[in-house]
Amino acid sequence: MLQINRLKRTFNNNQAGFQNINFSVDKGEIIGILGTSGCGKSTLLRVLSGLDSNYEGKISSNDGKSNIGMMFQEPRLLPWLSVKDNISFGLEKEERKSNKYQTYLDLVGLTGFDNHYPKDLSGGMAQRTAIARALITDPEVLLLDEPFSALDAFTKMQLQDLLLSIWQKKQTTMLLVTHDIDEALYLCDRIFILKGQPGEVFAEVTVEKPKPRTRGDAYLSKQKAHILNLLNVEKKAAGDEQ
Amino acid sequence: MISETQKWKAGDRAAAAKLSSPKGLFKKGRGIVLGSILPVVLLIAWELAAKAGLLAPHLLPAPSVILEKIISMYRDGSLFGHVSITLTRVFLGFAIGTAAAVVIGAVVGYAKTAEQLLDPLFQAVRSIPSLAWVPLFILWMGIGEPSKISLIAVGVFFPVYLNIVAGIQGVDRKLIEVGKIYQLSPFQLTKRIILPAALPSFITGMRSGLGLGWMFVVAAELMGASEGLGYLLVVGQNTYSPDTVIASILLFALLGKVTDSVLKWIEYRSLKWQDSISNQA
Repeated sequence: MLQINRLKRTFNNNQAGFQNINFSVDKGEIIGILGTSGCGKSTLLRVLSGLDSNYEGKISSNDGKSNIGMMFQEPRLLPWLSVKDNISFGLEKEERKSNKYQTYLDLVGLTGFDNHYPKDLSGGMAQRTAIARALITDPEVLLLDEPFSALDAFTKMQLQDLLLSIWQKKQTTMLLVTHDIDEALYLCDRIFILKGQPGEVFAEVTVEKPKPRTRGDAYLSKQKAHILNLLNVEKKAAGDEQ
Repeated sequence: MISETQKWKAGDRAAAAKLSSPKGLFKKGRGIVLGSILPVVLLIAWELAAKAGLLAPHLLPAPSVILEKIISMYRDGSLFGHVSITLTRVFLGFAIGTAAAVVIGAVVGYAKTAEQLLDPLFQAVRSIPSLAWVPLFILWMGIGEPSKISLIAVGVFFPVYLNIVAGIQGVDRKLIEVGKIYQLSPFQLTKRIILPAALPSFITGMRSGLGLGWMFVVAAELMGASEGLGYLLVVGQNTYSPDTVIASILLFALLGKVTDSVLKWIEYRSLKWQDSISNQA
C-alpha cells in the first residue's frame, strides 16, 4: 500500500541523509528501520511524513493522497490544550467538539484524565496521549520516530505492549524508526537495516515469529546476534566511533 | 496493563484539588494580609507624624486630609468626571496601540521579509523619547482628545509589539511540525498553534504596555487638558494645594493597580496550562 522508489535526501554535500531507498509496505505490516545514529533514519520519516519536501525519488500509495499519522521521540503535546483537546487536535472542526476522543482515551488507558493539562502528566502518560492523537485520525500509515527512546525501561515495555494491542485491534500499518534492536525484534515483521553516510538499506531481516512474542525468546536472540553482526557494532566500538 | 493505580491516581488527584481550594483561599488571604502590613504601618506613621506637627501641612498634609479631599470631590461630582475621562483616554489609547501592535507584530513575527522591512524602522522610532512626540502631536491634532490618545497609543504600541514579535519567533518548531503533520493552512497554523504559544509573551507585553499607557496619560494631561487626573495635578500645583496633588497621585496608583489586576486575572485564567512556579498546586 506504500511504495518507495529510489528515494534520496542528502545534506552537507552528500555526507548525511539517505539515498537509494526502495521498499514497499503491505497493509497491516509493522516495518522497522534500524540503524546507528546519523544514517538518515529520522530524515526518512520526515520525508515520508511530508515535513521535508526536498527529496528525490517517488513515494506512492494505493489511494493517492495517504493519510499519515506521526509520533515523535517527544510527545509534542500542545501545552495549552487539555488531554482530550490534544487527542482531538487532528480532527476536523465539528468532530473536535464531539466525544470521539473518548474511545482513544480508553484505548491508551488514560480514562479519567480528559481534562488534565500536559504539565500534569508523566512522560509515559504524555506519550500515551500522543499515541491517541496519532491514531484518532485513523491513519493508513503510522510513522513512529524513536517513540519510546526517551522513556524508562518499564514504561517503554508497557508502551510497546500497548502499541501491539492497538495493532491487534486496528491492524494499523506502522513504520517504526528505532535504534533499539530488541524493540524492533519485538514489534516488527520486517526490519530494514540502514548503514553508511548517507544511509542505504544494507540488509532486510524478516521476523517470522507471530506476534505477540516473548521477550528474550531464543529465536529473537539469534536474530539479534545476526543484526549486531550486520551492523558491525562491536568492531566499530573497538576502533574509532564516528 | 494500564494499571489500576493510575486510574486511582486520577481520582485521587481530583479529590486533592477539591481539598486544596479552602487551603488556596487561606493562602491567598495570607498573601493579602502580608502585602498590606507595610502600607498600613506607613499610613499610620504618616498620620501620627502629621497630627504631631512633624510634617508641614502645606508640603505633606495628613492622609485623613487627603481622604477628605477625595470625598469632597466625590460629593461635588468632579471626581467621577476626572477619573472617567482619564480612564477613557487610557482605555482608547491602549486599545488602539494594542490592536496595531497585534497586527503588525504578527506579520513581522511570521514573515522574515516583513521583519527585515519594518523592524529597523520600528526600533529607531522606539528610541525616540515619548515626550518628544507631544509638540508634534499637538501641532498635528491640536490639544483635543486625538493628540492625547495618539500619544498613549504610541506608548502602548512598542512593548506589546516587541513582545508579540519575540513570542511568535520563539514558538517551538517542534509544535509547528505537529500542525504541519495535520496539513494545517498557514492561517490555521497561526490560529491554532502560533498565537496560543505566543500568548504568554503577548500578555506580558500588554501589562507593560498598560503601565506605559498610564505614564503617557499623565504626560498628555499635563500638557493641556481641562479635565482628568493629570489636569488635577496641574491645578493642585497652581493653587498650592498639596492635598489635590497627592489625592490625584493616589488615584493614579489605585487605578493603575486595579487595571493591572484585571490583566493579571486574565493572565491567570488563560495561562493555567503553563508549567511555572506560580501554577504549582
